[in-house]
Amino acid sequence: MPTLLPALLALGAWPGAAKAPAPPRLLSQTGLYAAPGLVAARNLPYAPQYPLWTDGAAKARWIHLPAAIDGRDEAGWVFPVGTKAWKEFAFGGRKVETRLLWKTGPGTWVFASYAWNEAQTDAVLVPEGGLPDAAEVAPGLRHGIPSRADCRDCHGQERVEVLGFTALQLSPDRDPGALHGEPLRPGMITLKDLVARRLLRRARPDLLSRPPRIAGDPATRAALGYLQANCATCHRADRPIPGLDLDLRPAHALRTTAGAGSFPVPGQPESRILSPGHPERSALLHRMGSRDPIAQMPPLGTVRVDQAAVDHVRRWIADAPFVPSH
Amino acid sequence: MTLNRSFLLAILGLTLGTGTAQAAPPAQTKLVQHGAYLVRVAGCHDCHTPLKMGPKGPEPDMSRMLSGHPEGLQMPPAPKLTEAPWGWAGSLTMTAFSGPWGVSYAANLTPDKETGLGAWTEAQFFQMVRSARHLGQGRAILPPMPIQNLQAASDADLKAIFAYLHSIPAVKNKVPAPIAPAPTPIPMH
Ligand code: HEC
Ligand code: HEC
Ligand code: HEC
Repeated sequence: MPTLLPALLALGAWPGAAKAPAPPRLLSQTGLYAAPGLVAARNLPYAPQYPLWTDGAAKARWIHLPAAIDGRDEAGWVFPVGTKAWKEFAFGGRKVETRLLWKTGPGTWVFASYAWNEAQTDAVLVPEGGLPDAAEVAPGLRHGIPSRADCRDCHGQERVEVLGFTALQLSPDRDPGALHGEPLRPGMITLKDLVARRLLRRARPDLLSRPPRIAGDPATRAALGYLQANCATCHRADRPIPGLDLDLRPAHALRTTAGAGSFPVPGQPESRILSPGHPERSALLHRMGSRDPIAQMPPLGTVRVDQAAVDHVRRWIADAPFVPSH
Repeated sequence: MTLNRSFLLAILGLTLGTGTAQAAPPAQTKLVQHGAYLVRVAGCHDCHTPLKMGPKGPEPDMSRMLSGHPEGLQMPPAPKLTEAPWGWAGSLTMTAFSGPWGVSYAANLTPDKETGLGAWTEAQFFQMVRSARHLGQGRAILPPMPIQNLQAASDADLKAIFAYLHSIPAVKNKVPAPIAPAPTPIPMH
């Protein structure tokens, strides 16, 4: 019975099981490792081409797919029940947290984060409200582990998304200019492997010969890729933020940033969300470059400005290669 | 299910032409009335309905009920309170506040689509309360908004408050964005 209950819950077969089960107390109980420090072979390592900036954390990711992904909707892959994904965050060579996404039923996902112990031997489940003070990332600046409600701001409420494991993120047409792009190491799974191992079904037949790629010159491609991973999780028309029209997905970003927005750059009467040729008037850059709690973007998950991204986006807005007449 | 029923009743009310076109089913009316009561006793008007000067002194300006800090009232830089224990200041309208958190303005709670809660879903209202984040997913909600009081309300009471706020007259009033205590300039090196 003690082993049957979680299994029943996971299958959604328990009468009236509407809620997801509780996550295990220790990371070592989640199925990530075969032995201490040894990741189980069934968990496939991968690296999205456009990573999320978390104050310079080094990240490692693994996914377990008990069956094939339904890839018919290229922008919304449907993962099999039982899917688990992990992301490990390390600062200064020390593991700080490992996050878990676990699909326990057709519409239920467990979100959890585990904080690593001093000895780096295992990690303990973080309370629902998060852990504000998990590690120092720079003198006086502390990395906070988000609350489980915060996870859903980016990963979705009803329709949960595995944000780094998408057709675009795994595309073999990898962006060499991606900001903080991580090289593919041997053994990392790609779109090609997924197809070869029959772990992706019903995708379009030319997915591998015409893989997803953000259109535009190299600077635009890298800028839009960055905004997709770091901003479009919240700024997208299909999950509207009341009162905002901003959609930072690659196909919509240039169109929806033309307006003035509701939060102008201080002291800039001509402020726009993005003003081609004028980084100093662009609220998007101002907010990326701020870590004061009112203005900073993203509003959570980071305490340090992503200087490489600010520099790239500033140059990109100044040169405005996306404006034909420029 | 209840939503479908109230929708049906609303349609019936319309097609039969009985009473006003706005006639809400009794359950909805009760919910809205309960919401009105809660908003009143919880003191939401204190900050969200601006005060104006009346014959007997300051009184709530009910023509702007719950519409937040008036857009036309541009506040000059906040006074510096250097003498502790004085710590924060407020406008005569009781809608603008300055303190260690910066300057905050009471929000427009009327159902105006662009400037109020008109575009919010009930789920987003719940998310805002539970996360204590602006619009449910932005920065932390600023003082003196008593978000912790709302967090203590039951789901049923929150539903009633939201239903009431969606039933009141919409007022178009764009409340200014808050101001940080010490704005950090964009690093331009
Ligand atoms: C600010 C937005 C944001 C928040 C908040 C956030 N995530 Fe993510 N997460 C992402 C993005 C974007 C990716 C993919 C890019 C990457 O891995 O660098 C990702 C990747 C992951 C992955 C790897 C699988 C995947 O989706 O690619 C896991 C597991 C994960 N997140 C769990 C969590 C958990 C648990 C929380 C809350 C404790 C959380 N995340 C909070 C944005 C966010
Ligand atoms: C966790 C959700 C979340 C993420 C991730 C996020 N934002 Fe936002 N953003 C918000 C919310 C909520 C608002 C509205 C409230 C505000 O202005 O603070 C907002 C507002 C904005 C605005 C003002 C829009 C206007 O109409 O005035 C800009 C510009 C912006 N964000 C840019 C970005 C950029 C650039 C990124 C990525 C570097 C980003 N955001 C990531 C939630 C998010
Ligand atoms: C003491 C003054 C005060 C009282 C009392 C008060 N509020 Fe507020 N409220 C504010 C301020 C100031 C803001 C703006 C906060 C911000 O910008 O973060 C605000 C913002 C809000 C918002 C917008 C949240 C968002 O996403 O930005 C809502 C909704 C709200 N209040 C509802 C209520 C309700 C309902 C009550 C009664 C239970 C109430 N308030 C009582 C001062 C108050």
